[in-house]
Amino acid sequence: MKVRVFVTLKPSVFDPQGHTIVEALHSLGYGNVADVRQGKFFEMDLDVAGPAAAEKLAAEVSDRVLANPVIESFRVELT
Amino acid sequence: MTRTSGASVFAVVVFPGSNCDHDAYHAVKHVLGQNARFVWHKETSLGDADVVILPGGFSHGDYLRTGAIARFSPIMTAVMDFAAAGRPVIGICNGFQVMLECGLLPGAMLRNRDLKFHCEFVHVRVEQTNTLFTGQCAPGQVLRLPIAHGEGNYYAPPDVVANLESTGRVVFRYVTASGERTDAANPNGAINNIAGICNEARNVVGLMPHPERACEVAVGSADGLVLFQSVIQALSQRGSLQAVAR
Repeated sequence: MKVRVFVTLKPSVFDPQGHTIVEALHSLGYGNVADVRQGKFFEMDLDVAGPAAAEKLAAEVSDRVLANPVIESFRVELT
Repeated sequence: MTRTSGASVFAVVVFPGSNCDHDAYHAVKHVLGQNARFVWHKETSLGDADVVILPGGFSHGDYLRTGAIARFSPIMTAVMDFAAAGRPVIGICNGFQVMLECGLLPGAMLRNRDLKFHCEFVHVRVEQTNTLFTGQCAPGQVLRLPIAHGEGNYYAPPDVVANLESTGRVVFRYVTASGERTDAANPNGAINNIAGICNEARNVVGLMPHPERACEVAVGSADGLVLFQSVIQALSQRGSLQAVAR
């Protein structure tokens, strides 16, 4: 079963890369891009039976490894 | 392996991608005359180590996050046990990042606020002298040490930072040459100019600057020596206390 995991910095944490990207976009004239947050995207192929088990496993490895809970949050998407 | 009697044994953990392991080994062995051992990350024992150094570098290529993969190396179980027993562990640069990832110290590292890799000398003020690595420092002493990192922008949630400050666990802070804490003296945007912290038991210290690269005047500064001299002194005092107890 395939899942996607999106890891982003928590809203309370300043994102220096996103900030730099939005400044670059503004300098290109895209003034209506109000904000950019940069993150990470993972695709995983899980050898489990059923979506509930896939979601549980994906959440577990995201919390333990893929994301650092001090600064990041994650979202799991079943595909 | 040979052991110089009366000297301490420093274990320098080597991860794939560590690149300051030899600097640390050189400083403790050749400058300070102590015993030094390299310990490969796949090993499970620290042997006869008295002190553990998690060195700087780019362990596992900094994949995923700095220090994130090194945390799962087999040797880290022994390092966690060693730290939990109150024995001295110092994490330098990437070693500090590993400490944050494995939970030896609180917080996390963000990309430097200007997104640049900073390789330069900075000044840090010793905020706490009651740790195993700063006992020989004068309170408020300013050290000139090199930094070399892209992710040294220390972050922790406000309640954690408040706790670090109120319990005296901010050990080093970026300052000007004259010891003033200013935003301009902060090379990476670290919260409260934090350059290094310690754990509650004060035996585990992590810092972004490189004391091991500042142990000889010939390389620009010998200000880093005092950290290693402090732990050597602390161990000799501890040894004599144990001898008295026996």
